[in-house]
Amino acid sequence: MNHPITVTVNQRVHQHSVEPRLLLVYFLRETLGLTGTHVGCDTTSCGACTILLDGQAVKSCTVLAVQADGSEILTVEGLARDGALHPIQEGFWEEHGLQCGFCTPGMMLTALQLLARTPDPTDRQIRHALDGNLCRCTGYQHIVNSVRYAARKLRDADPPESQ
Amino acid sequence: MIPAAFEYHRPSTLDEALKLLADLPDAKVLAGGHSLLPLMKLRLASPAHLIDLGRMPALRYIRREGDTVALGAMTTHWMVESSDLVGRTVPLLAEAASTVGDVQVRNVGTIGGSLAHADPAADYPAALLALGASMVAQSPRGRRTIEATAFFTGLFATALAPDELLVEIRVPVQRGSGAYMKFPHPASGFAVVGVAVSAVVAGGRFGDVRVGLTGVGSVPYRAGGVESALAGQPASPEAIAAAAEHAPDGVDVNDDLFAPADYRAHLARVYTKRALLLAVERAG
Repeated sequence: MNHPITVTVNQRVHQHSVEPRLLLVYFLRETLGLTGTHVGCDTTSCGACTILLDGQAVKSCTVLAVQADGSEILTVEGLARDGALHPIQEGFWEEHGLQCGFCTPGMMLTALQLLARTPDPTDRQIRHALDGNLCRCTGYQHIVNSVRYAARKLRDADPPESQ
Repeated sequence: MIPAAFEYHRPSTLDEALKLLADLPDAKVLAGGHSLLPLMKLRLASPAHLIDLGRMPALRYIRREGDTVALGAMTTHWMVESSDLVGRTVPLLAEAASTVGDVQVRNVGTIGGSLAHADPAADYPAALLALGASMVAQSPRGRRTIEATAFFTGLFATALAPDELLVEIRVPVQRGSGAYMKFPHPASGFAVVGVAVSAVVAGGRFGDVRVGLTGVGSVPYRAGGVESALAGQPASPEAIAAAAEHAPDGVDVNDDLFAPADYRAHLARVYTKRALLLAVERAG
């Protein structure tokens, strides 16, 4: 039996009737046509399908679409605003944080989660936070640099209150 | 990979959830889903009904009750890892939580789901055994408390009855020092061997010491041989090394392609020694 769900994806409200076994990543890709979220390993390992679900980084291949009913979702398509790249996208651009690009959407959304919790992360904290995202091209160093770039940029845009 | 078809239920109260569990044949409970959904995708599990506890805020809490910290079963690993209360009162539990899976898994996976699933390589059981925790199960027949030492009954098997839900985990405030160390499987991150130590060290000697191990056998266990070898002994590297030799005593050690039994037993001794040394170091 199908279930009606309402989700807000990249600030747009969507209502659909879905089969309970439909995975969130296929809902995003096939029902909504948002193919920026990638299916990599399909086993909760690689992190390519990472999105933000109510502000929390999750692997959307391991969440049912019905579980996301009533939630707010951010995917890679929602990062840029009015044609301007988000600081995390700018970081990956400027610091060469990608080669083939397959892991990049998941990397960026996981990085956003880190920067929301830890605005000024050390390299070690960046590497620990990206533990659940695999990249087979870069060797990770440029990805770490990209996240550091974005952290600096976000801090400059929104400096912490002084005392 | 797509799970087999099932009926989906999302109760909003505990009574409703318990009734569904009692009434529906072939039902599984969905907590965070990060163990169950992968099994369903592989069709290793094909339940007819899923009861989703995701919208029951009444099962998502961490609070202090006297000398005990009570955690609702739907509390996520991230909530455990980042909680000030847990960090202050049972830091060993926060340390174990912080080593589960990766950030995304910890955001969704729950302590109750992990415990009820009873993976023999899960991290929490070692810490909960060392901390002397207990689990609260509820059914239409009432509530009961199960000691951690009696909770895990076999490979992916617990003392929970078919109509019981694990609703709360109760952890006594940590006395003394603690440490959790694991040798993670390089691909899955699960503990090939994980060792949790809770130790009272006074005047350079061990008082109450409890050592919990996971990943070694089909069920997590307390290493009684290590504990008794340390009782009243000086907290010295020599005494620790000698006691740690008993870590796999009496256990039918798991054997697989990655870690044959003799290697895993060796890891159990080494990680027990390291966790004890770290706990003593932290005791100051």
